Amino acid sequence: MMLHKADVVIVGGGLMGSAAAFFLRQRGQSVILLERDQIGQYASGVNFGNVRRQGRFLGQLELANRSWALWRRLPELIDDDLEFIASGHMRVCYREDEIPELEAYAAAPEAAQLDLKIYRGAELHERFPFLGPEVKGGSYAPHDGHANPRLAAPAFARAARRLGARIEEQTEVADVQKVGGEFTVTTTDGRQFSAERLLITAGAWGQKLSEQFGEPVPLDTHGPQMAVTEPVPYALPTVIGVYTKIPEEVIYFRQIPRGNIIIGGGYRSKPDMLNRRAYVEPRSILNQMDQMRRLLPGVGNLNIIRVWSGIEGYLPDSLPVMGPSGNVDGLYYAFGFCGHGFQLGPGVGDVMAELISTGSTSTSIEPFSIRRFASSAEQRTTEQRSRAS
Amino acid sequence: MATARIVIVGAGPAGIRCAETLLAAGLKPILIDENRRDGGQIYRRQPEGFTRDYVTLYGTEAAKAKDLHQSFDRLRGQIDYRPDTLVWNLTPGQLCCVSQGKHSTVDYDALILCTGATDRLMPTEGWQLAGTYSLGGAQIALKSQAVSIGHRVVFMGSGPLLYLVASQYVKAGASVAAVLDTSPRIKRIGALPKLLARPGLLFTGMKLLAQLYRAKIPVHLGINPLQVLGDAASGVSGVRISMAKGETLTIDCDAVALGYHLRPETQLADLAGCRMRFDEASSQWWLAVDEAGRTSVSGVYAAGDGSKIRGADAAEHAGRLVAMALLEDLQQPVNIGLRDEQRHALAVMDQFRLGLAQAFPWPAAQAKALPDSAIVCRCEMISAGELRRTVSEKGACEVNRAKAFSRVGMGRCQGRYCSQAGAEVIAAAAGVSVQQVGRQRGQAPVKPLSMLTEEVSP
Repeated sequence: MMLHKADVVIVGGGLMGSAAAFFLRQRGQSVILLERDQIGQYASGVNFGNVRRQGRFLGQLELANRSWALWRRLPELIDDDLEFIASGHMRVCYREDEIPELEAYAAAPEAAQLDLKIYRGAELHERFPFLGPEVKGGSYAPHDGHANPRLAAPAFARAARRLGARIEEQTEVADVQKVGGEFTVTTTDGRQFSAERLLITAGAWGQKLSEQFGEPVPLDTHGPQMAVTEPVPYALPTVIGVYTKIPEEVIYFRQIPRGNIIIGGGYRSKPDMLNRRAYVEPRSILNQMDQMRRLLPGVGNLNIIRVWSGIEGYLPDSLPVMGPSGNVDGLYYAFGFCGHGFQLGPGVGDVMAELISTGSTSTSIEPFSIRRFASSAEQRTTEQRSRAS
Repeated sequence: MATARIVIVGAGPAGIRCAETLLAAGLKPILIDENRRDGGQIYRRQPEGFTRDYVTLYGTEAAKAKDLHQSFDRLRGQIDYRPDTLVWNLTPGQLCCVSQGKHSTVDYDALILCTGATDRLMPTEGWQLAGTYSLGGAQIALKSQAVSIGHRVVFMGSGPLLYLVASQYVKAGASVAAVLDTSPRIKRIGALPKLLARPGLLFTGMKLLAQLYRAKIPVHLGINPLQVLGDAASGVSGVRISMAKGETLTIDCDAVALGYHLRPETQLADLAGCRMRFDEASSQWWLAVDEAGRTSVSGVYAAGDGSKIRGADAAEHAGRLVAMALLEDLQQPVNIGLRDEQRHALAVMDQFRLGLAQAFPWPAAQAKALPDSAIVCRCEMISAGELRRTVSEKGACEVNRAKAFSRVGMGRCQGRYCSQAGAEVIAAAAGVSVQQVGRQRGQAPVKPLSMLTEEVSP
């Protein structure tokens, strides 16, 4: 049997894996990327397309800032613009008592680079006259924006391939073994790939592999609920999202220069993991219509022409798994980005490439370590043992 | 399951015959139809207050239209008929409907999809200009509103509908500049043995052609469309074609009706998870159904052109047959004689439809020859060149991937009018068969859904 060798094997060709492949090649590492279906087919290709930093966990902003700097280097970086526009992002709320929360976020030292500005009352409705009367306040992030998720992962994969990465689509991993210092990955079509370092970027399927190495994580899957309207003249460059604690009120939209308005938020659906397909729940669309009429009253007579979903991996604390394995040398993870990985993608790829090729990274990723689940995993094992006995 | 909730979607020939058969067996179906009146596309009824007679409206099909309408009028009061209602999405056991801006759900135990067909289109350079219609669209304008799509109309494409609609226009007194068929005469001769399965229908077709000749309408066979001429400001001003012998011909007109027979409306079946199959004869994806119309999903059935393109007569038989399949599945008695009659009729029609596919072939080669500048996706205005680049530069060799990269099929029509031609362009650029590039996955809503849609409390 032919054995294909590289410095790094990456399992999972979403945005994280594709970007990591690209940055690893930039650092001179040889790379094989294995993707079961097509590059960027699941969470990476179907998300809303928010290139948004504000509102994130403050401990994630350093990583988001690093990623933002890379977004700014498009199209030169990968010879593709991904339809990225730094259009500004507005996070609005319906209640006066939520404004201090937006203010506190804006004042946090971690958010300094975002240059957030709080709007309220007359100033808010003068600056954003299209917003509904129920909107009471908002936090404006002038440098955030949006891009086309369908293009991103494939573009990074093509750029990586141009730099010499080997990208294998329709290649499903059957088995991973570590013998001595080397990982050997066997695929369902019987091929073998080996490397001293292995990066798992398998999104909603990431825990299947981490579990094999004794690091189970409580990953759950959800389908985002997206809709798009017919095109109308381009008038709403700012991405708008609602800040609220009520799930049905969560709605966000962006208009693209060709005119369509893309809408997401509200309920999520349960993906069909057997057939690897996720559907939009009809109630999600009806709820989105309700919420959009409230947020953007002028949207009324537009038509929804298409809806879609995908498969995203979520962890209970809404933070990803990212960093080295706690158990196995040479094993790295970057998966489970909980519906907010798109903006982070280039930064995650860059950080993982740095970590894998130098052994450390200058960007803090400690909060995302898989070790945060280790104690509960040990507990579960103990419980299972006590149940068994 | 005597109280099974049976829902039929579509009140054309298949849906009406299905409802009639179920009613005769004592079952009372819900019949949901997007149109304001029954009859489907082919037997579309004119709006209330219009007074054209059957022969004027339906020509050679008048008797069948009248019979179907009368059947419907008899059963209308006995079933739960819901016109002007779009089924825009479904989940297992439940349909999502919208009618006049109000949303409601309808639960079902058995679903029978009689969703019909729409025009199968192949782009020609310039076909995005105002004044280019599909053959079906041209027919709707005439049947429903008694208007012609232009002062001087060219009919271009292939298939029986080309001649039917052109002759209906002539009969209505419209000015028909030419009928241009991409299929050469030799194909028709080759298909004769199969077409003779239905000598009556073959004769009707020849009568239509004779009517066109009598009216001195130029009819050219074996042509190749080169361009729809005109400009964005004033729309269509003519068509340029190459003739069978190679010379170029320009015909002045202010409207073009274009079409290459039909494609099935399978969105709901697709959303229900029904399996599809590639039909070699017509070179397109059809719903996979058994002889009686059972899909791969239990409780979901289909009949008529929405599952197999066999025309209106076949749809009536298939509607009855699918109703009997459901009755069998519900352990209800079935009239075996009547069932076998439908089967035999359909076998003959299957033979005939193979003849039609041979006589009027889908012009796949045109997609390969389309200039890069020609628009493939009219909704999103994506050119053949842009689509080809997703293959050559981005490695997309599958239609959903090419759609994700190029937006072909993402617009208002949801790929109805561009995805088949788009698949041919992709296949030609990738050097593989059109079957290999797959088919566009169905996505809700089945038709555009207004943001003003509001839920009604049940």
